[in-house]
Amino acid sequence: MRIMRGLSLRHLNKTETAGPGAVIPIARAVLVDMEPKVINQTLSKAAQSGRWKYGQHSSFCQKQGSGNNWAYGYSVHGPRHEESIRNLIQKEVEKCDSLSGFFIIMSMAGGTGSGLGAFVTQNLQDQYSNSLKMNQIIWPYGTGEVIVQNYNSILTLSHLYRSSDALLVHENDAVHKICAKLMNIKQISFSDINQVLAHQLGSVFQPTYSAEGSFHYRRNPLGDLMENLVPHPEFKMLGVRNIPQMSENSLAYSTFTWAGLLKHLRQMLISNAKMEEGIDWQIRPPLPGLPSLSKMSLNKELHFNTSIANLLILRGKDVHSADLEGFKDPALYTSWLEPVNAFNVWRTQRAFSKYEKSAALVSNSQFLVKPLDMIVGKAWNMFASKAYVHQYTKFGIEEEDFLDSFALLEQVVASYCTL
Amino acid sequence: MVTVRRSALAQPCDGKLFPEPGEVLSYGSDLRQRRDLRSPRPLGELRSCARGIQRRRGFLSALSGQRCSMTQSVIVQVGQCGNQIGCCFWDLALREHAAVNQAVLIDMEEGVVNEILQGPLRDVFDSKQLITDISGSGNNWAVGHKVFGSRYQEEILEKLRKSAEHCDCLQCFFVIHSMGGGTGSGLGTYLLKVLEDEFPEVYRFVTSVYPSGEDDVITSPYNSILAMKELNEHADCVLPIDNQSLFDIISKIDLVVNSGKLGTTIKPKSLVTSSAGTFKKWQEKPFDAMNNIVANLLLSLTSSARFEGSLNMDLNEISMNLVPFPQLHYLVSSLTPLYTLADVNVPPRRLDQMFSDAFSKDHQLIRADPKHSLYLACALMVRGNVQISDLRRNIERLKPSLQFVSWNQEGWKTSLCSVPPVGHSHSLLALANNTCVKPTFVELRERFLRLYKKKAHLHHYLQIEGMEESCFTEAESSLSALIREYNQLDATKSMPVEDLPRLSVAV
Repeated sequence: MRIMRGLSLRHLNKTETAGPGAVIPIARAVLVDMEPKVINQTLSKAAQSGRWKYGQHSSFCQKQGSGNNWAYGYSVHGPRHEESIRNLIQKEVEKCDSLSGFFIIMSMAGGTGSGLGAFVTQNLQDQYSNSLKMNQIIWPYGTGEVIVQNYNSILTLSHLYRSSDALLVHENDAVHKICAKLMNIKQISFSDINQVLAHQLGSVFQPTYSAEGSFHYRRNPLGDLMENLVPHPEFKMLGVRNIPQMSENSLAYSTFTWAGLLKHLRQMLISNAKMEEGIDWQIRPPLPGLPSLSKMSLNKELHFNTSIANLLILRGKDVHSADLEGFKDPALYTSWLEPVNAFNVWRTQRAFSKYEKSAALVSNSQFLVKPLDMIVGKAWNMFASKAYVHQYTKFGIEEEDFLDSFALLEQVVASYCTL
Repeated sequence: MVTVRRSALAQPCDGKLFPEPGEVLSYGSDLRQRRDLRSPRPLGELRSCARGIQRRRGFLSALSGQRCSMTQSVIVQVGQCGNQIGCCFWDLALREHAAVNQAVLIDMEEGVVNEILQGPLRDVFDSKQLITDISGSGNNWAVGHKVFGSRYQEEILEKLRKSAEHCDCLQCFFVIHSMGGGTGSGLGTYLLKVLEDEFPEVYRFVTSVYPSGEDDVITSPYNSILAMKELNEHADCVLPIDNQSLFDIISKIDLVVNSGKLGTTIKPKSLVTSSAGTFKKWQEKPFDAMNNIVANLLLSLTSSARFEGSLNMDLNEISMNLVPFPQLHYLVSSLTPLYTLADVNVPPRRLDQMFSDAFSKDHQLIRADPKHSLYLACALMVRGNVQISDLRRNIERLKPSLQFVSWNQEGWKTSLCSVPPVGHSHSLLALANNTCVKPTFVELRERFLRLYKKKAHLHHYLQIEGMEESCFTEAESSLSALIREYNQLDATKSMPVEDLPRLSVAV
């Protein structure tokens, strides 16, 4: 679990040779884990790059781990290490000129990221109530990472919904498919998965210019993003889609136009596709005057993905010539926000990663309804037979807490469903 | 981290030497020749672990601390069977860590038993932590549990505390014993209670060797059922093993090794039964091979805690994911592959074969057929050069042929450790919480009832203070209750999986 504060990427973009006397930029980050292996790996990997590193004293580690137990992470580790973690964060905050907020990067399936992550988020809300908090959540594979992942997930989501400002969700299954189909990787490792995730994050949070044609960097990207995308506290689930995404080899043979990229991206949004392959082009936005297709119950396939708000981030060549009319269509959006408010765009002439032209779409839409519903359903089935519940009550999470979580999340599902 | 004494000369007991990282430790001429301690034993005798009639001594081995890179486990080896397995374990652990790290890794300052003390490993173990009793337990659970238990409780606790103090972060006790005899069964289960009281937060994993059908210790059903009650109540996780299955695995391997198939040569170190490359110099006997299998099981179980990987699994996660209800904590284990072919051009199909084999009844360490019973949960602990995509692909492939309980249709827990066992490029340990363990318990109860009905040999037990007939009846009902739980689960096997009505909310 990692907490980064408005990572100042500007530093990392400077070309610096790591000669003697060169200053290696330090990430504005706090690393927390209840067992040491991963943090040690992370710290050394960063240092090895020679281009950046983590602060020497920015990590907090224990030995035991949380045993995949949300209750242990939240009720045991949380209070036990609250002060130490808070101090580490405080030190970083003091180094900031102007703190906009926090990114909390965590997974939902295990015990530490999920349980301790939820605890720390709550803590941040108490300590820094004026700062924004965005949780980067790794949504586990549908099957088989951790058996109790559904319990851990619902407990995490329900707690975060109360204490976080926005949840930016990255789905392992989706990223896995991107690696397989788009990046053409045969034997996919977690390293590959994490590369794609890093790309997703970078595509959004790399510096952007603040106004059309200007060369001033956006001062508060996190704040702007929240303002654009989270108009109502009931709707906090955000997702990212990128285009293009491909391996180095394929890139050499491809050329892109904004029209082509945006057309695909729009259809990805509408059909809830996570990548540009296998898009269902049959799905169309509802025609005006006809009953909205999206007001379906979950029993029928949720075909059309209605959005609350969208933020399009364009980077690269000829970025001002891109035609965005497709995204301003009111049919894409729910009725209670005008497209002029629901849709925003950030344009930056500078290319990102290896792509001459690239686009990232951050959406607050119905895209997570089905996965969320599945997790809630599976957790509910398991809870009905009381399986594994003793592992949680052992550490102070009672059946009441489970029921509260179920109730909150059913509410979220229902709210998104009836957009 | 595991540290070995540099010098072969007997050090004062607290003289534990830590090598510098990167330092190579040599055994060289300091190791004395292994003495042939006793004449070879007949096969039938070797197969049963509950010896007491021939062996006069009941041993409690001392406690050795295996220091891991962050958490530690303490191994408690009880009885003859327990100690023999334990010794194989340490041997293989040394071999494994030596292969990874030059600075060898064993941190032991406690002693073991007899022939081990006189073998090449004797300088590694310190004899002061040994407790022996000349009379032995006579294959009597009551003697082991009630007599030795109370007699040695303080001494045992003392040694346990010392071992625990050496650990930075003690996560788990591994108890290794057999069920059918007197010491391992009686005293071993007594220790479980002691561990639970003294170290309530530390997990208790028990590797129990169950008596086979042809076990010639007449009272083994009594011993086993009395031990079962303790396991039900005081163990966090039990890995049942039976000798017959181990023997069948060995026979299978022998068949391949001796079949002389063209082009197939097996790397000797890769045999799951092998001690090749360990410091043990004595000739391998059948029970050595069997014990090595169990030792390999323990090594794989702890591999993720000892080495790096992209998806780690600590021991506390095993209990969390595999034990949905406190009583149902019996895990059927299987290890694959049993050997590696020396053929360098290993086709990718081999990797998938490893996964398939893990579910076949021939690879289980207890007589059980998980494929035709009901899974409550399953853990796959993969070691070596395997990626998450390989793991996921195989789960998808094998899922349709397996039956999982309705509320845990995706009951998979997985881990990836980068370091494979010696001689392999990859390996897999599967732990199944599956109703296929039931027949073992049913058979045990039947054998018990047959004996108990005739009141055969009962007086040996009842004459021990603290033992009454109620001990037996309670043990029997405890076992019956457990069997009922499994029966109830089995009854749900062919029922259709229905989604339960969800909470309805006002929109």
